Amino acid sequence: MSTTEARPPAFQVDRAALRHLADAQVNVELDTGDMILNLGPQHPATHGTLRLVVRLDGERVVSADPVIGYMHRGYEKLTEFRTYPQITTLINRIDWLSSFANEVPFLNAAEQLMGIEAPPRSQYIRTVLTELSRIATFLLFLGEMGLQVGALTPAFYGFRDREHILNLIEAATGGRFHPNFNRIGGLKDDLPWGWIAECRSAMKIVLDACDDFEDLVLGNEIFEARTRGIGIVPAGVGASYGVSGSNLRASGVDWDLRRDARPYLVYPELDFKVWTHPDGDSYSRYWIRLQETRESARMVLQCLDQIPAGPIMAKVPRIIKVPEGETWVETENPLGQMGYYVISKGATGPFRVKIRSASFSNVSILPWLLRGVYVPDVITILASLYFILGDIDR
Amino acid sequence: MAEDTPPDTGDVDVVDEPNPEHDETVAVLRDRLGAGAILDHATVFANLVVRVAPTAWRSAAQVARDELACDYLSFISGIDWEPAPREGDDDSGDTSSPVQPTETTYGATGSAGRWQVFAHLQSTSTHRALTLKTDVDDTSPSVESWVPIYPGADWHERECWEMFGIVFDGHPALRHLYLPSDFEGHPLRKDFPLLARVVKPWPGLVDVEPMPDEPAADDGGGEGAAE
Repeated sequence: MSTTEARPPAFQVDRAALRHLADAQVNVELDTGDMILNLGPQHPATHGTLRLVVRLDGERVVSADPVIGYMHRGYEKLTEFRTYPQITTLINRIDWLSSFANEVPFLNAAEQLMGIEAPPRSQYIRTVLTELSRIATFLLFLGEMGLQVGALTPAFYGFRDREHILNLIEAATGGRFHPNFNRIGGLKDDLPWGWIAECRSAMKIVLDACDDFEDLVLGNEIFEARTRGIGIVPAGVGASYGVSGSNLRASGVDWDLRRDARPYLVYPELDFKVWTHPDGDSYSRYWIRLQETRESARMVLQCLDQIPAGPIMAKVPRIIKVPEGETWVETENPLGQMGYYVISKGATGPFRVKIRSASFSNVSILPWLLRGVYVPDVITILASLYFILGDIDR
Repeated sequence: MAEDTPPDTGDVDVVDEPNPEHDETVAVLRDRLGAGAILDHATVFANLVVRVAPTAWRSAAQVARDELACDYLSFISGIDWEPAPREGDDDSGDTSSPVQPTETTYGATGSAGRWQVFAHLQSTSTHRALTLKTDVDDTSPSVESWVPIYPGADWHERECWEMFGIVFDGHPALRHLYLPSDFEGHPLRKDFPLLARVVKPWPGLVDVEPMPDEPAADDGGGEGAAE
């Protein structure tokens, strides 16, 4: 064929057909059914080393498989090689944002088995410190959840106000994050002079901070758009997965171990409201934690008003041997139900300790929950479930 | 506070009082599962522990969920009742871990063998709670999976399988949860040593130094003081 001749068209273009062709092309290009996205283990939204293997179809999650264990430290095995007083150091590190609250159920279990009851003053101080660690944990959440939807300011407020609480914990126990302050039968020390007044003023700061968060975050249109109706956990599904604590109360389940479990610490003597929210979405999980922060601050103030004088340690033998027996102790920790099933054979250390941590079960719902959501919502759902990696991996 | 002072028992009730709710729970379980399926039950520190026959493990969960309103699965895990093998005698000066009794006991509700699986169920509405235990065969440990009843059992059973080697029949995918997929052994079994202690002896043994004013004592120090 001569090069001067016009090249005949390969085919006649039918405009209508071309449009269909274009549609088909686009569909072919977007067929990304097998795209695998690795979220983590170093993704900032995962607070540590949670890895999510997410299969995507376009922007939608087809399936999500959490891969955990990057921080598995084998605490259940280690407890079998430690004495009871040594174990509090370990379990401090399970949920490191609310270490004090971790110590309480284990110490309660040991005290139950030994038949020791901590004196009232130490019970009050334990309650105050447990609630303080709850406030510290939640303040971080209230700030960080904003961060995950793109609002940077609340994060700074959260960290700033949490510092007041950490200072209080440090003043009383000597440690900001790992107090190791509980002893079998009481506490290591009494509160320092002036601490109670300091704590009262800090509670006022917390209550003010909650108002700020309510204005700043809950009233924010973008925040609502990103969280309302996203990541809905129905009450029945949540319970069957073992989701507990604020996450379950955000699904309308009126269940708080501080009120409903076997009484522990001084919660029966406090007047507090258990908040629930009917929606079960990310927004309601934020809302619940905001209310619970306020409620905790009020509980601390009540405790400070009622705190009796007296000893802080019961009479305990110098070498602690726990009689043979088994017991299950559960408490309402900031992240949910924390429980220890302690089996003792009369030695200085436990024979077997089953550690039931809240985040483990809270996260186990993720494969169910993330199916069909959009990728940006994965981040808000992860943030709103609020887990601590040490609490998952133990 | 002498070393051998007995603990101050105070007014704590060590003996559990009869609890009508616990009796009702046991009665319902016995009625639905058959009298032979309830091997033992006990109330320890206000917690009801029921030991069911292995054949009734899944149906016990079914009854607990459907008829006792226990809609919340707290945990599933295992117990290895056999004491850990211990080398040397107890006076060797090795204080690295508490000395457990050498005879095998099986807790409040007993056990037919070395391994047991236990789980804790709760009701979010009536606040009923119960711990279920079942025996597991020594040679080929396996038990029915609870995943069809409680979807949250998935991870707990995976953990129990990798830690104890107890197989859960009917589990959709028994994969490793915490440990690398090529990990060998079952770490929470009592005969699995704590590798950190095997590799390097407990520092307590070598850190013993004599007090400044005292001459170094050769007696009773054991091998640790000599080093």
